Amino acid sequence: MTVLVDKNSKIIIQGFTGKMGSFHADEMIKYGSNVVGGVTPGKGGSKHLNLPVFNTVKDAVNETGADASILFVPPAFAADSAMEAADAGIKICVAIVDGIPSHDMIRIKRYMRRYIKSSKMTLVGPNCAGIISPGKSMLGIMPGHIYKEGRVGIISRSGTLGYEAAQQLKNLNIGVSTSVGIGGDPINGSSFRDIIEKFETDDETDAILMIGEIGGPQEVAAGEFAKENMKKPVIAYIAGLTAPKGRVMGHAGAIVSAYGESAIEKVEILKECGITISKNPSVMGDTVKSVLEKM
Amino acid sequence: MDIHEYQAKKILSNFGVTIPRGGIVYSPENAENKAREIGGSRWVVKAQIHSGARGKAGGIIVCNTPLEVAQATDKLLGKKLVTNQTGPEGKIVNRIYIEEATDIEKELYLGLVFDRSSESIMVVASTEGGMSVEEISKEKPETIIRSKIEVAVGMQNFQARELAFGLGIEPDLIRRASDTIIGCYKAFSELDATMVEVNPLVISKQKQILALDCKMSFDNNAMFRRSQVSELRDKTQEDSKEIFASDRGLNYVSLDGNIGNIINGAGLAMASMDMIKLAGGAPANFLDVGGGATPEKIVKAFKLVTMDEKVKVILVNIFAGINRCDWVAEGIVDALKKIEIKVPLVIRLAGTNVEKGNKILKESKINYIEANTLEDAANKAVAALNK
Repeated sequence: MTVLVDKNSKIIIQGFTGKMGSFHADEMIKYGSNVVGGVTPGKGGSKHLNLPVFNTVKDAVNETGADASILFVPPAFAADSAMEAADAGIKICVAIVDGIPSHDMIRIKRYMRRYIKSSKMTLVGPNCAGIISPGKSMLGIMPGHIYKEGRVGIISRSGTLGYEAAQQLKNLNIGVSTSVGIGGDPINGSSFRDIIEKFETDDETDAILMIGEIGGPQEVAAGEFAKENMKKPVIAYIAGLTAPKGRVMGHAGAIVSAYGESAIEKVEILKECGITISKNPSVMGDTVKSVLEKM
Repeated sequence: MDIHEYQAKKILSNFGVTIPRGGIVYSPENAENKAREIGGSRWVVKAQIHSGARGKAGGIIVCNTPLEVAQATDKLLGKKLVTNQTGPEGKIVNRIYIEEATDIEKELYLGLVFDRSSESIMVVASTEGGMSVEEISKEKPETIIRSKIEVAVGMQNFQARELAFGLGIEPDLIRRASDTIIGCYKAFSELDATMVEVNPLVISKQKQILALDCKMSFDNNAMFRRSQVSELRDKTQEDSKEIFASDRGLNYVSLDGNIGNIINGAGLAMASMDMIKLAGGAPANFLDVGGGATPEKIVKAFKLVTMDEKVKVILVNIFAGINRCDWVAEGIVDALKKIEIKVPLVIRLAGTNVEKGNKILKESKINYIEANTLEDAANKAVAALNK
């Protein structure tokens, strides 16, 4: 989806010189992403992976024209880094890091209210796999080769379940326009609704596969949005039929604490919103295929 | 992370919330002395476990003499209390809180949580204290009042006042009530809490506003900056396998079934559990070894799953991305050299270098059943169970 990343996106890595940052920067470059440098406070002026290192995101933006960033900084410093990116004029920022306190996420989102919509950064994550537009750019940590180029949009809270979906689609010879991992935390930068809205206006996407799970109101909010505002078909799978109530299932946000948050309730509500449900996780690809064939 | 009632009370009292006089004890002798020290003529002996609904389970006893306090303490200490929140195995009582009894005039409900829709902190109150919030929303939803707090500026006095008046509190007590509500808000926001619940918040016959029972939960992700809170963790209240897991960086939840799971990624783990159920089986656990599925994590995961005597089949489902299947397969082979598996083992690998990974498994001497898809893996696990 060109609204998030494309071949021209100029990417910087925050937490560039660390182990994670170095490894995934290298993977992104190999995939063909346009990585232009990175930020590690105190190491400005040096080179890493043959690319310039800057002390601040502002310096990086001024010198390279960067408009996208990906965070590999530890959880304790992640909120600060995300706000720094927003203030430096980055347009899209992906926070991979798992373990950001919820109070920090609320602070980031409040901080970003100071920008008018046209200059507000899109934050994706945290605790996510990132974004890939196959054949164009990867701003994430996914294995790029499992994504075939095509016209189905994927949005997933889970990383590996998103991979599973991409693989199933590829096996059926169906490609992906963009896949966005929105992450497993209770409070995240972009919701299902935020991304589904972008897919609706994206001329490279025909249908959207939404992979949700137990906990939180976001799948239902996206379903209601789709019912009112969308022409493109939406297919959904909700994980966690067997998850017990009140327990956190790995993802900090995967906990049923209110009505409408269990897998069964979400499936029922989404059906009422006109969304096609993938009955189980092994038929996500088949369900998308049958919807595409009807179009 | 959850803490005990007495710990939550101590925290809230530091934020200006009034609590009844009380103290923690570990023995009946201790309890008798504590009752005398607190004074008064009636006491409440409260079992400290990480669960609500303790009263119905017999964990809260009202006593009229210090001797009775000692006897009640003796009765509760070391006992396992089973409530509707602990599961059938119950939770062990190692600590007893002795508190002066309160003459209650009115019981109210006060709770603070994250509201995920508005991404703010929500204060919830009701005149129907003493009932659980689920019961209140079912039976008396009209009594619930809410206030959304703008975290950038914190809770304002007028918001607390509105809630206090909304609860029908008499004018003389509004100031105390607002201070109590704001105290709870400050504790929530300054200590990285995810939940504060005072239920009931009572108005006593002596016109005091008291937190009679309290619960607090905290964000595990924030414990790096809350050492004083993390010290309050009581591992005796947690499942031993879940402690083993969390100490080793694994996400584990113990469940009732008999198919043990080792999976990378929380979403994929939930999806695999769903497939097991659809295939007619039941998962023994949720276990996410992390997206990377490193060999070290896989060894720990096998150790953990084999600790569970319920487990009759083990299902490994790894979607390898950046970490290739061949590397994951080597990790599995290595793990099985260290740990003996006595139950059937189903392995499904997918993703990068899947052929190489399956080849490594086949050529190793491990005894396992190969599966290709999610569905295939679940079906084979259930079939292995029935053999």
